[in-house]
Amino acid sequence: MIQGSNMAEAHPVGFQWVVDAKQRGAKVIHVDPRFTRTSALADRYVPIRAGSDIAFLGGIVNHILSRGLDFREYVLAYTNAATIITKDFRDTEDLDGLFSGWDPVAGVYDPASWQYEGHQEDSPSVAEVAAHKEVAGGLRHESHGAPVGRHTQRDETLQDPRCVYQILKRHYSRYTPEMVQEVCGVPPDVFAEVCRAWTENSGRERTTCLVYSVGWTQHSVGVQYIRTGAIIQLLLGNMGRPGGGILALRGHASIQGSTDIPTLFNLLPGYLPMPHHAQHPTLDKWVEGTIHQAQKGFWGSARAYCVSLLKAYWGEKATPDNDFCFGYLPRLTGDHGTYQQTLDMIDGKICGYFLLGQNPAVGSAHGRAQRLGMANLDWLVVRDLYEIESATFWKNGPEIETGEIVTEECRTEVFLLPAAAHVEKEGSFTQTQRMLQWREKALDPPGDCRSELWFFYHLGRLIRQKLAGSTQQRDRPILDLAWEYPTHGPHDEPSAEAVLMEINGYTLPDRQPLSGFSELKDDGSTVCGCWIYSGVFKDGVNQAARRKPGTDQDWVASEWAWAWPMNRRILYNRASADPDGKPWSERKKYVWWDPERNEWTGFDVPDFEKTKPPSYRPPDGATGPAALAGDDPFVMQGDGKGWLYVPSGLIDGPLPTHYEPVESPIRNPLYKQQFNPTRRYYDRPDNPLNPVGSTVFPYVFTTSRLTEHHTAGGMSRTLAYLSELQPAMFIEVSPELAALRGLRPLDWAHVVTTRAVVEARVLVTDRLRPLRVENHAVHQVWLPYHWGYAGLVTGDAANDLLGIALDPNVLIQESKVGTCDVQPGRRPTGRALLAYLADYRRRAGLSEGNQRG
Amino acid sequence: MDNAASPAAASGYADPPRRMGFFTDTSVCIGCKACEVACKEWNGVPDDGFNLLGMSYDNTGGLSANSWRAVAFIEQPAPPKAPDGGAGDLRWLMMSNVCKHCTHAACLDVCPTGALFRTEFSTVVVQEDICNGCGYCIPACPYGVIDQREGDGRAWKCTMCYDRIGDGLTPACAKACPTQSIQYGPLDELRGRAEQRQAKLHEAGETSARLYGNDPGDGVGGDGAFFLLLDEPEVYGLPPDPVVTTRDLPKMWRTAGLAALTMAAAVVAAFVGRSR
Ligand code: SF4
Ligand code: SF4
Repeated sequence: MIQGSNMAEAHPVGFQWVVDAKQRGAKVIHVDPRFTRTSALADRYVPIRAGSDIAFLGGIVNHILSRGLDFREYVLAYTNAATIITKDFRDTEDLDGLFSGWDPVAGVYDPASWQYEGHQEDSPSVAEVAAHKEVAGGLRHESHGAPVGRHTQRDETLQDPRCVYQILKRHYSRYTPEMVQEVCGVPPDVFAEVCRAWTENSGRERTTCLVYSVGWTQHSVGVQYIRTGAIIQLLLGNMGRPGGGILALRGHASIQGSTDIPTLFNLLPGYLPMPHHAQHPTLDKWVEGTIHQAQKGFWGSARAYCVSLLKAYWGEKATPDNDFCFGYLPRLTGDHGTYQQTLDMIDGKICGYFLLGQNPAVGSAHGRAQRLGMANLDWLVVRDLYEIESATFWKNGPEIETGEIVTEECRTEVFLLPAAAHVEKEGSFTQTQRMLQWREKALDPPGDCRSELWFFYHLGRLIRQKLAGSTQQRDRPILDLAWEYPTHGPHDEPSAEAVLMEINGYTLPDRQPLSGFSELKDDGSTVCGCWIYSGVFKDGVNQAARRKPGTDQDWVASEWAWAWPMNRRILYNRASADPDGKPWSERKKYVWWDPERNEWTGFDVPDFEKTKPPSYRPPDGATGPAALAGDDPFVMQGDGKGWLYVPSGLIDGPLPTHYEPVESPIRNPLYKQQFNPTRRYYDRPDNPLNPVGSTVFPYVFTTSRLTEHHTAGGMSRTLAYLSELQPAMFIEVSPELAALRGLRPLDWAHVVTTRAVVEARVLVTDRLRPLRVENHAVHQVWLPYHWGYAGLVTGDAANDLLGIALDPNVLIQESKVGTCDVQPGRRPTGRALLAYLADYRRRAGLSEGNQRG
Repeated sequence: MDNAASPAAASGYADPPRRMGFFTDTSVCIGCKACEVACKEWNGVPDDGFNLLGMSYDNTGGLSANSWRAVAFIEQPAPPKAPDGGAGDLRWLMMSNVCKHCTHAACLDVCPTGALFRTEFSTVVVQEDICNGCGYCIPACPYGVIDQREGDGRAWKCTMCYDRIGDGLTPACAKACPTQSIQYGPLDELRGRAEQRQAKLHEAGETSARLYGNDPGDGVGGDGAFFLLLDEPEVYGLPPDPVVTTRDLPKMWRTAGLAALTMAAAVVAAFVGRSR
């Protein structure tokens, strides 16, 4: 199942394995608004209205539950299906699209009624939830579930109306094939075929794998899209088993790495939360904030992870007496996400900005806001391979033409620094399977180009030099840093392996490499830069650099590179065996209990305590790993179960519910509640949204990538061999829409939203088709977002069309769907462009101060 | 090795290595164009201009002096559903076209300078330092592969990476292809593999699968680079029944001299007019 992903085009190298599987008999289904190169290789392509995936997947959940097609033994033993929820819980079915606990003033839910029975007391307050939403607290759950206590009430018969199974069944009972047709535009026979294929190919003998990418994440309900996929995969027993799982394909070579060792404002390495000024005043509170008192699971050792990280930062200066320098860590005071920052720049609240490997002028949603923000800084540092748009907006951006930015008056001083490319530096990439692969340097970077490692090491060194001797308290965190790394070569390049060694962790004072995170101590006797990566330098060997060919080892290929945690290739793989520890089937054998040797064994590193038998039951009062039973495979969850229902940790509800995108051509057919009620929206005059069902913006647009280009084009529109393959910004439209709007192949057309007008050449193709939704035709158009005003081939940036509305859990922008108008011909230029847009806003009923229609 | 199986042997190589070739299986091509880029990178082929052609995703527009691999994209209604459910009502065919390295290569026959030659691997290569730009080879090719470079005048085409395969390396395009749509190897092995693949597709209900250029009995004596197609060759811009344009050349040389070449050119021109 590939949905929300154009895998063949955006991940062509990984797609070879799909082609391989297909040749061995796998059936491939692709669900997407547009027929892509992925659809071309699929056995079945299903067109869907952009932004309606929860309704589609919810329909599959309904299909499974109403027919009892779930993998019952798996579901009963390994998920929270049997767990009882409080009697106060009310579903969106009862409240027309809202869950119980909605607080319209705070804009968040009080989740007390969502909790497991008996856990109400542990529920965070509305104020805590609101603070959590501000800082996208949900992101920290990537390595573990939200905290819940261990003791739960269960009904093993699954009959109690308050058990998760029954709640789930009621919640999705209206997600019928007819409803799927009405919301998604998918005909019942096609839908039935997908349901059949997925359920028939799951169970003891077979598993189905689900692939998604940013086609799912970039929505105002993106997290819940993925949750719906997770529910299906849990119900069908496809988690923790070979050939199953949910594969999140990442947008770049090391995006997984950049959340593990985060480039995000709200996380520290290994998904430790960045301390919040109010919630985490002390080390103890910070550690407490990451775990639950009575929590089962491995997260119970959080203090050791936290302290070892502080030791990596501040070395010998970090002692038990000063809380290991916890006071030096920066504090969150609210939303410091990238979009809030952009708006803060516009408002003059931010002075300086570093851009590394990022090109927001054309690569981020609402390009105009990005550029206006950057034009209002004191300084901007751009490190890139080329002179990208974010370095030249002050002279070449579209606002020059409209007069909104005047080169002579633009106050921002831009420093463009040349960066080394990936083949010109050593380091590691972490891919979607959490696998770290070491990269050798192939050649020296040309001229002044330098690696990021070189840049930050020497920047830190120079800042420390400048601050040396300072008596200011505020300079202590920098001056006390452990900043010694061996360097080599004519430019004093720091050793990337030394950094990896620090990430892996070592003992003090003898600096022996650790072999895994279970060796971490909370007394300051271990150093570890990222607890989940501990083991990557086991035995002093760079495990990520291992290159034993697949042909020389078994099919799991554990000796190729290294995957976190503990070189485990499939997470939660205890679930590949039945509760008694025997493989579900010979065919799907993976990890199992060996009763003779009294240990877990198998093809992969078991994701379980090696000698804990399946029959183990925790004694009363047990905490940490000891609180997990021998048949609790989801060891990072507080209750050891896979969560069909999420009692805690999500802002927008315990169960995925269909909401329309913030810009939609229709009213929500399922509920009175139109949008995700908790969506994050910045309500300001420079961020208007197209009104729901507007006849001025009647069409749906979606944007994505082509194989031939890379993201905003900085690494591809600068190269002739790639530019010639896709030389111009274009728009794909169906023959029906082309006829309706008078669009002719290769002619110009322009696309209008309340934010921007973007012009493009027309490609008329059957690969887009109008869908019948609520008995009228919804036309969808598609644009690549690769173009901008720098490079060998230039064109308008599709991201300019987007407004800023975000998922409340992780603050990801809704950039995969919006509404628009499409007109033939080129767009107006200069001042006329602003007047044209103003006229559209007026016709759509928007005025200054009324951004949402 | 008998001469029919080895054009290299027929060309006078004593005990040549096995004939090497390409099997391009279009049923697994994802249209990524990595083959086009890898070819240009390795061979230093210039870009072909930044032109949006509106031919689906094909902005290369076919083989030329500056594009030795060219991926064709064909959007078409899908044939009637295969027994276990087809991919819907639409098909998007992709095919990476290349020089066919014919068994009977007309380009080679007409080249007066010897720039075009048969290698020990039975491939056909133009030597850039010998080619004088006379252009005779261009109308001679029944596939319209070989082409003169503007501003340079010389003829250019795929060499099957002669400078790589001699060192035991895989040609750049095949090496870059992520799905093994382009397979490189000894031609007889590839032919066997292709037949198996075709049978497998037929079994799976993909009855439109057919091999193209694999038959030593065809008008060019079989191609060194052959294909598995999912539709008629014309759909991909390939001639249905290519014939070596110089089949009767020796006789004609004797009787009509250069006029024969002109005629061959006319035959090709007539064909090209039909197929494009
Ligand atoms: S074999 Fe070499 S020259 Fe021929 S198309 Fe492939 S890469 Fe280009
Ligand atoms: S590299 Fe392979 S898959 Fe990609 S276009 Fe070429 S032949 Fe097709």
